[in-house]
Amino acid sequence: MAEFMLPANSRVGKGKTFKAPAGATHVREFKIYRWNPDDGANPSTDTYEIDLDSCGPMVLDALIKIKNEVDPSLTFRRSCREGICGSCAMNIDGTNTLACLKPIEEVKGAVRINPLPHMPVVKDLVPDLSQVYAQYRSVEPWLKSDTPPPPDAERLQSKEERAKLDGLWECILCFCCSTSCPSYWWNGDRYLGPAVLLQAYRWIADSRDEYTGERLDALEDPFKLYRCHTIMNCTETCPKGLNPAKAIGKIKQLIVERQV
Amino acid sequence: MADQKDIQINIMRSALGRARGLGGAKSGAHHWWVQRLTSIALVPLTLWFIWNVIAHGGAPYEVVVAWMSGPLTLVLLLALVVTTFQHMQMGLQVIIEDYVPHEGKRLAVLLVMKGGTVLLALAAIVSILRVGL
Repeated sequence: MAEFMLPANSRVGKGKTFKAPAGATHVREFKIYRWNPDDGANPSTDTYEIDLDSCGPMVLDALIKIKNEVDPSLTFRRSCREGICGSCAMNIDGTNTLACLKPIEEVKGAVRINPLPHMPVVKDLVPDLSQVYAQYRSVEPWLKSDTPPPPDAERLQSKEERAKLDGLWECILCFCCSTSCPSYWWNGDRYLGPAVLLQAYRWIADSRDEYTGERLDALEDPFKLYRCHTIMNCTETCPKGLNPAKAIGKIKQLIVERQV
Repeated sequence: MADQKDIQINIMRSALGRARGLGGAKSGAHHWWVQRLTSIALVPLTLWFIWNVIAHGGAPYEVVVAWMSGPLTLVLLLALVVTTFQHMQMGLQVIIEDYVPHEGKRLAVLLVMKGGTVLLALAAIVSILRVGL
């Protein structure tokens, strides 16, 4: 059956506390998940007291400040700091989002930060994304067409055809949605998850692609697709405001459409 | 999660190989579609049934039997029972597939559930026919 308790060596213990420097006026606590594969210890939650008067506005700013000034061992991914690269996806205050787009002021009380849920942890806030990347690769996310492109020209789309890709192309593959989905938690080895299904639909919806039927064939599976029960966690959590649940609904609709 | 033994056996396989797995089953659409159709059909059938149960509340046995013996009532009652058990079976199958990860156990639980549902449905059908015919 589903496991409701973490395995003994994954239970999160109490960690260290790093006090704010004397004279700090605008102190906020950051409670951050820590786990180091090298020390053999259980994960713990370390508490960092940060003076917000000398810190940027976003959660990522606080993480960078902690790493630079308080504890260089804190490990997390980040790159663009403007919501385009998807590297700093993590669970902040109970919701998966991008640390760079999440204002500290939106969080009431201590800022709790954990890695993306239910993924293997590499270290601290860095999850192992090998499985989701492989699943993304498995839907062949590139244009497949037997008709050669016109010589010396692009493949053309009408404005209406192009508009069908809006709400899909913006996905940055941060996997906040997939890791917020209970179906993906329980059956992630077979269910593709909302991020990968939205990407799959991005190519199904592309008027230039000629492998729509094959793509639907590959998705029609009780586990790969139909583990989605439309609970909408994916849409709720998406830091880019996209709607993976709707894209999955469209896939299901097309598969029925070709049968009735 | 698969049990520890499966993880150890599979661990040398590439991530892409594991993601592709056995490929798409090319089924599941029918299950999904019928689940929706039965739920739509159950809305009027269930309302009709509840309305009649309330209407016959406190009525003597003979009156209820007379109502159940009507051909339209019999057809609708059988339709209600068949649709309800079909829908129940499909819903339970989804729950079991969600929460029983071990393949052998999942198959066993599914078979017990489906067999039990068929027997319950047959019992309901026989009861209706015994009273109504």
